[in-house]
Amino acid sequence: MSTESLTLDKPRSPRRPAARRNNFELYSWLFMRLSGLALVVLVLGHLFIMNILDDGVHRINFAFVAGRWASPFWQFWDLAMLWLAQLHGGNGMRTIIEDYARKDTTRFWLKMLLYVSIALILAVGTLVIFTFDPNIAG
Amino acid sequence: MASPTPTDTAAHDTSQIPAPEGSITVTVRILRFNPEFDDEPHWESYDVPALPTDRVLNLLINIKSYVDGTLSFRRSCAHGICGSDAMQINGVNRLACKVLIKDLLAKGNKRTTISVAPIKGLPQMKDLYVDMEPFFEAFKAVKPYLIAYGNEPTHERIQSQADRERFDDTTKCILCACCTTSCPVFWSDGSYFGPAAIVNAHRFIFDSRDEGSEERLDILNDTEGVWRCRTTFNCTDACPRGIQVTKAIQEVKQALLFKRV
Repeated sequence: MSTESLTLDKPRSPRRPAARRNNFELYSWLFMRLSGLALVVLVLGHLFIMNILDDGVHRINFAFVAGRWASPFWQFWDLAMLWLAQLHGGNGMRTIIEDYARKDTTRFWLKMLLYVSIALILAVGTLVIFTFDPNIAG
Repeated sequence: MASPTPTDTAAHDTSQIPAPEGSITVTVRILRFNPEFDDEPHWESYDVPALPTDRVLNLLINIKSYVDGTLSFRRSCAHGICGSDAMQINGVNRLACKVLIKDLLAKGNKRTTISVAPIKGLPQMKDLYVDMEPFFEAFKAVKPYLIAYGNEPTHERIQSQADRERFDDTTKCILCACCTTSCPVFWSDGSYFGPAAIVNAHRFIFDSRDEGSEERLDILNDTEGVWRCRTTFNCTDACPRGIQVTKAIQEVKQALLFKRV
């Protein structure tokens, strides 16, 4: 409740250079829409192949996974799914943290925890997809 | 703001309120708070006579006039134009002067209870009276006035009907704060500009006579700007003027996205 007078710019103040535009929020908003669309195809396709096609879940074993990852196409599919899902979910979590964290320190540490977990899962997942060795089966 | 406590205090003597013919008794629950005595807001109930054609505001004025003069709420024109008496009525943001009792009556022969609380997300000062300053800060921040450069025209600034039509909806805003205080993002994060400020920015951004669109779009492109909107449509539901608030916000997003007004 402030009683001091309004600090409004004069409407006729000369044109100032446009503020330096930070488009991060715009791009993250756009990314959510586009990655969401891509994930619908990727995830539903993944579920269909793994759970419904042929014998569905019963045929999944080490050899099946090894067979799929022998093809660069499925490697790329799984990689795209991993990255998009992580970043999409991570960005969603970031928004939720921004909304609900009440203290700046809480917000900072929750976001750090989130970013570290995203980076860790992305690194481990990517490493597995690219360095997968089909010959280690016992 | 503390959450409402469920305990209602003792009944009030409401016999002084005149009961016109055809009136029925309804219970009005008000989330009261007096900063001089109370630590927390609490509900108090008043059994008052009401005509089906009465507005909620009539009941509040009766309570203030005949039962408890300390009941505090804003109201000015009482005809849905000034936007002073926005409050949460039965859980939704409405203008007390536009809600008729007949629309709130309980089904069958059950007793009608009407809950009235202050709008959420702004500090409760006393009873239904909140500090509107944070709301107006956001309003001021979007520069809600005509910005034009160059020489002033000798006549009025001409505009085609089609150009006027583009922002017609958002000129209706009366700054009652129903939309902003119905927005869950505003509740949890008070620094969000809120729907009302975006509506008033929209009114000038899409005005062909205005040259400050870029400045305003820059302001709304900020972290606390339009991208915080989750399209929950609470604002559109709450608006007593029927403004398509969420649509206006989407139009601002579109203008930012395609860099085109």
